[in-house]
Parts: sequence; structure tokens; C-alpha cells
Amino acid sequence: MDHSITSSKRSAVSSWGRLSASLHDVTCFTNPEEVITHIQRAEKPAIPYGMGRSYGDVCLNPAGCLWKTDKLDHFISFNRVTGKLRCEAGVLLGDIQRLFIPQGWCLPVTPGTQIVTVGGAIANDVHGKNHHVKGCFGNHVISIKLVRTDGEIIVCSSTEKRDWLEATIGGMGLTGIILAAEIQLCPTPGVWLETENIAYNGIDTFFSLADSSEKEWEYTVSWIDCLSGDSLRGIFMRGNHTDIRRKPRSNKRLLSVPLTPPFSMVNRLSLRPFNLIYYQLQKWKSGRSVSHYEPFFYPLDNIRNWNRMYGSRGFYQYQMVIPRSAGHRAIAEILKTIAKSGQGSFLAVLKTFGNEKSPGLLSFPLPGVTLALDFPNKGQSTLNLFKQLDRIVDETGGRLYPAKDARMPAALFRKGYNQLNEFVKYKDPGISSGFSRRVMEV
Amino acid sequence: MNSRKHIAIIGATSKIAEHCARLWAEDQPVLLSLVGRNRDKLKRIVDDLRVRSPQSEISSFEADFVIPEKINAMVNHIGSIAPVDIVLIAHGYLPNQSECQHDLKKAADVMFINSISPVLFAEAFARQMEQNNQGTIALIGSVAGDRGRKSNYFYGAAKGLVTRYAQGLQHHFTGKGVKVVLIKPGPTDTPMTANMKTAGIKLASAEQVAKDIVIAIEKGKPLVYTPKKWWLIMMIATHLPAFIFNRLNI
Ligand SMILES: Cc1cc2nc3c(=O)[nH]c(=O)nc-3n(C[C@H](O)[C@H](O)[C@H](O)COP(=O)(O)OP(=O)(O)OC[C@H]3O[C@@H](n4cnc5c(N)ncnc54)[C@H](O)[C@@H]3O)c2cc1C
Ligand SMILES: NC(=O)c1ccc[n+]([C@@H]2O[C@H](COP(=O)([O-])OP(=O)(O)OC[C@H]3O[C@@H](n4cnc5c(N)ncnc54)[C@H](OP(=O)(O)O)[C@@H]3O)[C@@H](O)[C@H]2O)c1
Repeated sequence: MDHSITSSKRSAVSSWGRLSASLHDVTCFTNPEEVITHIQRAEKPAIPYGMGRSYGDVCLNPAGCLWKTDKLDHFISFNRVTGKLRCEAGVLLGDIQRLFIPQGWCLPVTPGTQIVTVGGAIANDVHGKNHHVKGCFGNHVISIKLVRTDGEIIVCSSTEKRDWLEATIGGMGLTGIILAAEIQLCPTPGVWLETENIAYNGIDTFFSLADSSEKEWEYTVSWIDCLSGDSLRGIFMRGNHTDIRRKPRSNKRLLSVPLTPPFSMVNRLSLRPFNLIYYQLQKWKSGRSVSHYEPFFYPLDNIRNWNRMYGSRGFYQYQMVIPRSAGHRAIAEILKTIAKSGQGSFLAVLKTFGNEKSPGLLSFPLPGVTLALDFPNKGQSTLNLFKQLDRIVDETGGRLYPAKDARMPAALFRKGYNQLNEFVKYKDPGISSGFSRRVMEV
Repeated sequence: MNSRKHIAIIGATSKIAEHCARLWAEDQPVLLSLVGRNRDKLKRIVDDLRVRSPQSEISSFEADFVIPEKINAMVNHIGSIAPVDIVLIAHGYLPNQSECQHDLKKAADVMFINSISPVLFAEAFARQMEQNNQGTIALIGSVAGDRGRKSNYFYGAAKGLVTRYAQGLQHHFTGKGVKVVLIKPGPTDTPMTANMKTAGIKLASAEQVAKDIVIAIEKGKPLVYTPKKWWLIMMIATHLPAFIFNRLNI
């Protein structure tokens, strides 16, 4: 059998929001050489796909081709003195944490799930709970090895072909396939964090908690009850790495949503009680404690396939950033609009972003405040609500996060991302996604 | 004295074998001898394992998989580094059945690489381990070796030979310190099955199969089906009377 022939299979592919399951011609790469030969021969545009943890269509190419990169999962080298890690793009963030934290090194930036690839983390320039200290994932990428569909291999860094680095960080896979990257890891005392939960009321309190925590706490985030409207009710969570040692964690139990219910379990009836219960539970646990990094950074990874809970029609996530000056008023208005609609879910996350600028041309964060909410897909009524929210985001000079988006209008994207014209010069003509066609028209 | 286990993997570039190597090396520092036929593929795996397990000592060898003298020399060389505690023999490939039916050279190669070659490696290690009266020889057979069928009887026959050989070797080592483990994976998601028509069959993940293999070797189980359900499926398949089985389009 000739192993050099890479075959493709037609199959239905969804992203995390499960809003669609379109057929794709899926090619699964197992080594970098295969990528280079295959993509030059490709006849139709495709999009790279990591773990599909994006919510919308940045990783989809409905009725087209898909290049799966998660099996490019090899480490290349690690320097134990400098903390510089080289690995292929399909390596999971979770594997990096698992292998290196016990050795005293961790990812400087991690999103709320560790089941994402390094390539995906770069392409969406993901952020974490420590944005105010460490910026985005892209701030810690030393170099990227990229291959274009014309066969050109580009190695870019802050000193070499910097423009390619800037286009590829946050470039949503559109500049080429990332084969490998070098990342700067961060020294860490171990697997434990010192944490504090504070129940609070009101947007003012949120901002003052955020401001006063930023100096002394590396990680800050807040969960809010998105149905509480004006009188915002939330839990502020903050944490720092600590060298306190605790007993090793007992084997964690993995929960799972085994099948997709025909309707969303997150509906008007369940939502309000759920939010209240969750709030009470967390409030009860208010105060200081020591937490393992996994439940602290990745609280939902323990419930496999939780996205199925939203039923067969799937769900949207709406995540916006609002510049700091307009933050307070805009968040209040957004929450009021959502409360009035009665839509929303228990997953609403509010966090301030810091001033650290990412090299990425199309990176999402801005100095300000970000709010992320899940909405079960109820068709037109959900889309109508988003239109109202878009208006508020637009008026305040904010923007939406492509990694979470499946429906933003092209105009809003263009206005929010004013370096788009510069970016388009670096787009690979052999790559295209549902997202790129929808909002960039390329 | 070197207290680290010495583990040798033949066909170390196999996806299933590679995941076994990751499990072994991440669990504790080991001495790993990886044997393959392609230097670049081996290097990629060695680099990866060295990052995963900085304390392990990992070497790779390009080997001949066909000539008996060369196989013997390779195995002797590995044994001279340190006595081998575990050898996993993993190489093999799934041919295009109809090509084999029309080209005896292809048929011969399939039969050789999937049966004679692994058996020669196993036998060379068996002699070595017999002298030390310790060690585990693990061979990867296949559920396809349990019953011949029209869609892959060359591959199936070769894997069937591995089964018979393993049984014989188990008999030979009864009451002695050497263990023989035969692994029969069901369809697994590896490059080998990338071209397979898999409509209706859910492929097992290579990680899961590797986990089962590592546990089976640790326990010294003589036979393991992975995923486990294949034991039941093959139990039924091997007991179906021919007049029913032969009507199935499988
Ligand atoms: C529970 C949960 C929590 C989350 N929390 C956060 C958070 O806190 N912060 C945050 O920023 N995000 C968060 N996310 C979003 C997630 O981190 C991003 O969508 C991430 O990019 C997903 O990575 P992936 O490997 O699944 O890539 P995919 O979703 O498969 O793809 C993402 C993009 O990367 C591109 N891509 C993937 N691999 C390559 C490659 N090798 N070369 C070039 N392009 C490639 C794809 O084309 C696509 O444009 C969360 C998601 C979930 C499900
Ligand atoms: N995947 C399944 O569904 C499945 C099911 C049952 C049993 N198995 C068995 O499991 C074992 C491992 O396979 P896998 O699934 O991990 O597949 P794989 O990743 O494709 O690995 C196949 C291995 O066999 C080697 N190989 C192939 N042809 C060879 C030849 N002519 N000479 C020497 N080496 C050769 C390959 O070397 P190169 O890397 O150099 O090509 C590679 O190391 C095989 O014995 C296979 O028969 C697999």
C-alpha cells in the first residue's frame, strides 16, 4: 500500500455550537510531509480544522474540503533552561499542561478548555483569564512554520518575516496551514492555584473588583447570572499559582452528555432555576481555597459533550468586547436587552481585558471588557436578539469574536477589524471557510 | 545496574505502537529501542518521545524486515544493549485484496510482512529471552485472523498464522518466565485504515487500543481483543455455520 497517498472521506462535520452538520471532504493528515504534498495538489479550497472547539464557522467549509491537523501531534524539542517548546500544530494544549506543569513550566495563556490544538490557539489568537497580565496566546508565539497551497514554506517570527507572523496569529487558518510553532512557556511552581470566589451585586462592583484584583491576581474572571438584568448578580473568581502542595488529585470522574436530546434542555423553565442554583452553590463556596489547575482553568472539560445539552438545533455563543470607556453603560444595556428577551443561558462570562497588544492583525481582544453568553438556537427570535446586541456593540466601537461566531454581518466585522485590508494580502487563495466567505467575501 | 525497563518495538512507526511507546515513556523512565524502516519517520517519533520523557533513553534503528540473518543480527544487537523486558511486534499492512488476487507477488509480500516477518522477529527474541528466562513478547494479530472472508483473506490468513504461532510459543513457555501476549485489535483509526471503506463501522482510537495493549502486557495476558467487544463479535463470527457466513457480504 502506498502510504504517501492521502485519502479523503466525505463526512458530516460540525463545530462546537452544532448549528450545522454539512458534508465535507475530510483529509486527515498524519505527518507534515504529507501536508506539503497534498495541499499543492488540492483542486478545491479547504480550511484547516483542529479540534473544532470554535463555536461557529471559522473551522468549517460547508460542502467543501477540510484538512484535519489534530494528528500532527508530535513534540519537536523542549529547552529545559529557557522554557522554549517546539511542537507540531496538532499538539493539544492539555498535553502541554499535563507534561510540563509537573516539570515547572506551563502555558502562559490558556482558554477555558484544554482540548484545543496549538494551531487552533494561534489561528484564533485565544485569550485566557490572565489577559490583563499576559495578553493573548500570540504574545508568546516565538515562531511559526507555515505552508501555503503553492508549496511555499514560510518560517516567521518577530525578527524574520514578521508580517507573516502578524497575519497568521488570529488569521483563522486563512494564511496557510501551520505545521509547527515555537512557544515560550512560563515558569510555574506546580499544579495548584490559590483561589478566591466573591459573590457580588452590580456592574460597579464588578469593575471595582476587577480593577483592584488586577495587580495582585494573575487570573480573574466573573460568572454572571445573565437573567438578573440591571441588578447584576455574579461571582468574581480570582487565582494565582502557588507553591503550596496538596495531595495528588484522586482520579477524576469524567461525566458525559451521552446523547443529544431532541429539544434544548436549556429553556426558559430550566434557565432561571439553574442560574439561581448555580449562584447559590458558588456563593456557598465563597472565600479562599486551593484548587487544582484543571477545575480552575477548565471547569467544563470534565463534562464531555456538554454542548449536546442544547439539543439538536445547537446553540450560539455571542462574545463581544467593548472598549473600556463605554464598557459600563454598554454591558448594562446588553444585559437589559437579554433579560427582556428571556433568552440566554447559565454560561455568561464577564472579564476585563488589559492593554497588552497582540501581534495579530485580526486578534479579538481590545482594552476593555468582554462578555460571552450561550444561546440555544431558537431560529429567528435568537437572530433578532443578536441584531439588537450588534447595534450596541457597533455604537460603542466594540467587536465580536470570530471563534465564537456563526452569524455576524460582514459590515460589523469590517468596522470592528480595521486591519482587514492589510490582512487580505496574506490570505492563501487555496483556503476558504464558511466564515471567510460570509464576512470577508474571500 | 540499570533498573529501567528495556522495551523494544518492531514497527515502531505504527500509530498503535507509537501510542504504546508514549504510555510507557510517560509513565516512568524507560530504555526504548525503536525499530523501523524509515529514518525520518523514526526521528519524528524519537524527538517527540524525548520531549515527553526526558529521563528515558531512546534509540532508533533502521532494519531489514525480510532477510532472516539480518533480523537475527538486529535482535542480537538490541539484546546486547540490555536484556529486553518487553518486545512489541507491530508492523503489518492492509493490502488491496483484489490486487493480491491478480498479482501473486503482491500476495506473497502481504503474507510475508504480516506473518513470516513478525514471527521471525518473535522467534529471535524468544531465544534471547529463554536464556534469561524472563521477558514478554507481544504480537499484534487481528480480528481478521479469526475467520477468513472474501474481502481480505490474504491479510486474514497471515494474521491467522501469527495466532497459531503465538499459541505454539505460549505452549513452549508454559511454566517458564517468558510470557507471550497476542493482541487482536478491531478496526482502529490509524493510517492503515485511512483508505478502508468504513461505512457503518466505528473505528476505535489508536490511544484506546494502545491503553488496552499496555495493560495486557503488564498483566501478561495470553490473548486480548481490543476494544473488548470484539471478543464477542468474533465469538459469534467464528461459530456461524459456513452456509450462513458465506452468504454474508463481508
Ligand atoms: C468550553 C470552551 C471554552 C472556551 N474558552 C475560550 C477562552 O476562554 N478564550 C478563547 O479565546 N477561546 C475560548 N474557546 C474557543 C477555543 O479556544 C478556540 O475556538 C480555539 O481556537 C479552538 O481550537 P481548535 O484546535 O479546536 O481549532 P478549530 O476550532 O478546529 O479551528 C479554529 C481555527 O483555527 C484554524 N486552525 C486549526 N488548526 C490549524 C492549523 N494547523 N493551521 C492553520 N490554521 C489552523 C482553523 O482553520 C480555524 O480557523 C473556548 C471553547 C470552548 C469549547
Ligand atoms: N488499524 C487497524 O484497524 C488494525 C486492526 C487490526 C490489526 N492491526 C495491526 O496493528 C499493527 C499496527 O498497525 P497500525 O494500525 O498502527 O497501522 P500503521 O500506523 O499504518 O502502521 C503500520 C506499521 O507497519 C509498518 N510496515 C508496513 N509495511 C511494512 C513493510 N513492508 N515492511 C516493514 N514494515 C512495514 C509501517 O512502517 P512505515 O511507517 O515505515 O510505513 C508501520 O510501522 C499491524 O500489525 C496491523 O496489521 C491494525
